[in-house]
Amino acid sequence: MEFDINSINTLFQIAGIGIIVAMVHTILESAGKKDIAQWVSVIGFIIVLFMVAKWISDLFQTIKSIFLFQ
Amino acid sequence: MEIIQIVGIGLIATMLALVLKEHKPVFAFLLTTFTGIVIFFFLIGKIADVIRVLERLSVEGGIDLIYLKTILQIIGVAYIAEFAAQITRDAGQGAIASKIELAGKVLIMVMAIPIITVIIETVVNLIPA
Repeated sequence: MEFDINSINTLFQIAGIGIIVAMVHTILESAGKKDIAQWVSVIGFIIVLFMVAKWISDLFQTIKSIFLFQ
Repeated sequence: MEIIQIVGIGLIATMLALVLKEHKPVFAFLLTTFTGIVIFFFLIGKIADVIRVLERLSVEGGIDLIYLKTILQIIGVAYIAEFAAQITRDAGQGAIASKIELAGKVLIMVMAIPIITVIIETVVNLIPA
């Protein structure tokens, strides 16, 4: 059984979004735009949270169907 | 050699999480969670194969399927509880992790009660009155 290439892509996407958001946050903060930097962080977090939440729900569905017979 | 794939993904994710943790710990946490999910997804296919074999054997051996079902359910609850507890503990919330583990133990005990009852009844029947 091979790894789903989709999941590896998502893993790097999450790391990339995190690094880019951290960079943008630093740049905006040093430019004196603290409120915008805060929004960028929050929105980046929400995007990544949605990606991870979809996978968690997939995982729990699989566990349910295999172990719990539902 | 699938273990090489898993080790590679684990190491890469660890390095990325280390880089992220300095600037944005939240993203590092989500990355860790996601890595756990990916590895779990990989393993669950294998576990499903093993379970299918167990099911076939129990049908051939004439064992009541309800016992196997209960055991598999207990294993499933243990997996889910362990997964959540470890991620929560990683994020620094040891108290919540302990509560998740407690909930897992209690739910497993509730599930095991029918089997325990059968065992005790059998033992009591064996003892001559």
